Amino acid sequence: MTLADYVIEMLNITKEFPGIKANDDITLQLKRGEIHALLGENGAGKSTLMSVLFGLYQPEKGCIKKNGQVVEIKNPNDANALNIGMVHQHFKLVECFSVLDNIILGVEPNKLGFLQKKEAREKVLRLSEQYGLKVDLDALVEDISVGMQQRTEILKMLYRDNEILIFDEPTAVLTPQEIDELMQIMKNLAAEGKSILFISHKLAEIMAVADRCTVLRKGKYIGTVETKNTTVEELSAMMVGRQVNFKVDKAPAQPGEVVLDVQHVTVPSKLHKNNAVKDVSFQVRRGEIVCLAGIEGNGQTQFIHALTGLDAMSAGTITLCGKDISKAPIRQRSKDGMSHIPEDRHKHGLVLDFTLEQNMVLQRYWQPQFQKGGFIKFDAVREYSDRLIEQYDVRSGQGSVTVARSMSGGNQQKAIVAREIDKDPELLIAVQPTRGLDVGAIEYIHQQIVAVRDAGKAVLLVSLELDEVMNLSDRILVMYEGEIVGQFDPKTVTVEELGLYMAGAKRMEL
Amino acid sequence: MTLLIKYTLIYGIVLMLVALGACFSEHSGIINIAMEGIMVIGGVFGLLVLVMLPAGTSSFMKVLISICTAAAAGVVYSALLAFASINLKADQTIGGTALNLLATALALVLVKRYNNTMSGGTGTQSPKLSFVNSDFIFNIGPITVNVFLFVGLALLVIAIVVLYRTRFGMRLMACGEHPQAADSVGINVYRMRWCGVLISGFLGGIGGLAYIVPAVQVWNFESGVTGMGFLAIAVMIFGQWKPGRIFLAAMFFAVFKALANIYDSTFLTALNLTKEVYNMMPFIASMIILAFTSKNSRAPKAEGVPYDKGQR
Repeated sequence: MTLADYVIEMLNITKEFPGIKANDDITLQLKRGEIHALLGENGAGKSTLMSVLFGLYQPEKGCIKKNGQVVEIKNPNDANALNIGMVHQHFKLVECFSVLDNIILGVEPNKLGFLQKKEAREKVLRLSEQYGLKVDLDALVEDISVGMQQRTEILKMLYRDNEILIFDEPTAVLTPQEIDELMQIMKNLAAEGKSILFISHKLAEIMAVADRCTVLRKGKYIGTVETKNTTVEELSAMMVGRQVNFKVDKAPAQPGEVVLDVQHVTVPSKLHKNNAVKDVSFQVRRGEIVCLAGIEGNGQTQFIHALTGLDAMSAGTITLCGKDISKAPIRQRSKDGMSHIPEDRHKHGLVLDFTLEQNMVLQRYWQPQFQKGGFIKFDAVREYSDRLIEQYDVRSGQGSVTVARSMSGGNQQKAIVAREIDKDPELLIAVQPTRGLDVGAIEYIHQQIVAVRDAGKAVLLVSLELDEVMNLSDRILVMYEGEIVGQFDPKTVTVEELGLYMAGAKRMEL
Repeated sequence: MTLLIKYTLIYGIVLMLVALGACFSEHSGIINIAMEGIMVIGGVFGLLVLVMLPAGTSSFMKVLISICTAAAAGVVYSALLAFASINLKADQTIGGTALNLLATALALVLVKRYNNTMSGGTGTQSPKLSFVNSDFIFNIGPITVNVFLFVGLALLVIAIVVLYRTRFGMRLMACGEHPQAADSVGINVYRMRWCGVLISGFLGGIGGLAYIVPAVQVWNFESGVTGMGFLAIAVMIFGQWKPGRIFLAAMFFAVFKALANIYDSTFLTALNLTKEVYNMMPFIASMIILAFTSKNSRAPKAEGVPYDKGQR
């Protein structure tokens, strides 16, 4: 092998955490100027491996070579000195600082400790021109779009003259247009000689942008393939360990009696004077999955908040199984048979610093099953939680006593799904239930939702992903600017047609 | 009127110094509720050194040595908070409260011990310390000012420059806003937080001395520093953690505080209110103002949360 072949090699890396072997003898070789994808499910060890490369963790075994030389990376400064830079999944930006300040933080040009921002500004402007990264240097990070925040992170790496760029799930937070832009930026960077490591579980993106792809599964190295010689199916089978069914298997719906009846619901907006939800009426029956589709920010969130009792509505009625719950508190709605998989699992789904078992009984700890005279029956809680973990395959380091914060996103979501479905609800409200999850977890959650429907329950799904909308639902309602503008049967409508309604170009009288 | 200006300047500078101290600590991410205690410690050590200096010491040296002692005592005392809240990751509010309790007690022990020794071991239990403050005060025209006015204004300018014009200040604020981000670019969060807390000890210590010395010649340590440390924290919040606004906020609160000292020599006597009402005024004002303004406050985002490298 010649020196120029591999710019970074991670050889036989093993990293253990209490109760879990996050990386088990993993080898990754990055060629100069390539885009190399690192593929794996949530919890497969991708982020851990990259954290090892970036110096955040020290591996128990294995070594890292740069240009054929063994190097030691003890902290991010070492990584930086070796020209390795990383865009973290959750951006590491100081919100009340300007874009420029964030870029230079840590490597500030200075004279005797006094900042010299002028030269920094010139360099950043030059870089942003060279790579087509449009940013407003003086804007505060809290005021700019997610896409621009990501460009700021990329400029941070370029400003440090990094040659090896790590992107940790960069598309999870972006809109489709921003994703296209990012793909182009990554290609530009590779063309300029930068070597890119791209962590993802989205197969289509990997096929579109990466040259090669290394697959991990449950901490183990599965293989490295050239993307031009492989298919989405093959990659997903490598990632999950079995063939993945991209189509949801389900029998035709058998709608029964009405479970949820929403009439003329109006919800005021917190941002402006207009109503966020305007006079929305529909019904959900037993044995059907009704999907509320639409582009983000068209009132879905506000509607769901009103429906679940998180916020008040200004007009209309909500009837659940014949009972008016328009003004009922959240616990009453839960008692009456409403389950809610919330949009924001960190904010409304889990208490992150509670253990898994505490989270599992969040809505039920007061039931006789779990308490006596105000004292929690810890044995009963543990038993119940262990059963859910087993049944719904929630993976964590320490089982029931794992702190929710330390779990991967997919497993946090599985825990919520387990809790909400096991309540045996009459109505399951699932808001973006698969956001940010990998194909294996998506498949699993879709199956669970269909199972709830087949058990004769009503399901209200809110989704921004058209694939999910088309695959999972029995009836589609399109929401645009707070109103329902169309109702469709997924078997007869096309994605293009839906898109026209979602964009407000067409509407039907209902 | 000149009296009002005199006292406003005294208290304004004190509040500003201490609020600036708290501001540095909070910008690094550590809530420093112990400013009250730090003031007491700075005050008692500064005063003890002042009264113990040999008689022949020049005015300049007296002022310099006592201020330096107060600052050093504040730094040492604040190190306790830094160690507990940064290295041991203890709850910052509880740690600060403990230090407040300890400070007054420690000051009483020291002062009583000193008084007992000076009186030849007669067993006196006086918590009062008498001193001469003439070295600290002088007149400019009709207005009496003290050295702390100049020390304070100089420190204000330095604070603004350090916070907004230097690498140190930028990194300090990054640690209080988003320590994970600071860590990811190679900034040692623990070290920056230590610096922030020690600076608060430095300024708080001077602030303690500045509160006690200029106005009176004898101080009863049973009352600590009568809540000035807490008032300073209110000033910091009202000042939105920005040095310039803190200065204005400090002067605003100082007017209320000064009224308590001078109301009996002005037209306010006609109102027939008791002294207690005036003494309460700065605190009531701070409650009312904070109730209305704290909603929009821009506190450093990560303050109060111990930094743990491993947390996701």
